[in-house]
Amino acid sequence: MSVFEQDQILAFIRDRYPQAEIEATDDIFGLGYVNSLFAMELVMFVEKTFGVAIPNDELRIENFQTAAVMAELVQRLAPSPAGAGI
Amino acid sequence: MNPIGVVGAGVMGVGVAQNLAQTGHDVILVDVNEQILASALTRITLNCRMSRLTGGPAVDPAEVLARISTAVGVEALAEVDYVIENVPEDWELKREVFSSLDKACKLDTVFIVNTSAIPITRVGAISSRPERVIGVHFMNPVPMKPAVELIPGVHTSAETVERTRALLAAMGKHAVDVKDSCGFISNRLSHVFMNEAAFLVYEGVASAEAVDEVFRSCFGHPMGPLETADLIGVDTVLDSIEVIYQHYRDSKYRPCPLLMQMVDAGQRGRKAGRGFYDYTGGNRAA
Repeated sequence: MSVFEQDQILAFIRDRYPQAEIEATDDIFGLGYVNSLFAMELVMFVEKTFGVAIPNDELRIENFQTAAVMAELVQRLAPSPAGAGI
Repeated sequence: MNPIGVVGAGVMGVGVAQNLAQTGHDVILVDVNEQILASALTRITLNCRMSRLTGGPAVDPAEVLARISTAVGVEALAEVDYVIENVPEDWELKREVFSSLDKACKLDTVFIVNTSAIPITRVGAISSRPERVIGVHFMNPVPMKPAVELIPGVHTSAETVERTRALLAAMGKHAVDVKDSCGFISNRLSHVFMNEAAFLVYEGVASAEAVDEVFRSCFGHPMGPLETADLIGVDTVLDSIEVIYQHYRDSKYRPCPLLMQMVDAGQRGRKAGRGFYDYTGGNRAA
């Protein structure tokens, strides 16, 4: 797992919900933070920030439940150590 | 079954077209130029990709797009059994569109007015077939919402109501019956919430964040009224509350001056990068 990607994703989520104390392994879907719009923003943030294209069959809740699993998804899709386009 | 005509390829028309295609209907999506139609197809592709992430079924964008053809102008809808109209909530525009549809479509085509505020009986009066004009208020995002408001006008026939109910059922929608009355149930309630929330900010009683926090954390709503207004578009909210105000002439619907000022300032919500919140950095800030 990359701390680099995870921290950036977590910062994006925390920025949206500044009053909640969200950790990298918190299930943001289960906690009710994700509506359809925020889900789309998350996907666009991840694709743009890390320069990856997420295939349709990877766009499922299990890959976006926590900042940690999103970071793992980014790693799988772009195994380079640093993200592109930042 | 003949294709279903969908007029207007904005947010609602795109949602209706996608919902129809996902439930096995062929669709002719109509708007005024090719550019709007191309961007609508792009939006549909994105929405299909996002379906599972937003709690919906797995949707293959290619299968959905294969069911949707596009056309500039309503002449392409001559033979359809149903037209679902989704143009902006502007009476003059609706009048123009329904006048054209009346000439273009066969006599037994049912005209479904997708509106959140405009009286259906008034739309029926434009057409030579008021018995085949009916209102359906779809909610956004259309493919994700299980219910709609179903609104017959004064002259709408029982047959039209049943044909529309059957189409809605085939789209996976439960129809909530509402009498023809400006704003129906949903906008009479939601726009008073959004307008009064704007007054709270306008009067300095609370910040936008505080107002939304009460709705989310105390009432259990998934979103507060001001973030909802930003999502819908502050200009659209103002147009709708203005329509309701003009209809009832009741001061409880008077539009908040802050909404008017925001629209004048170009702060039209999420789509403009700024509304009650600032979206310019990619993230939202108060």
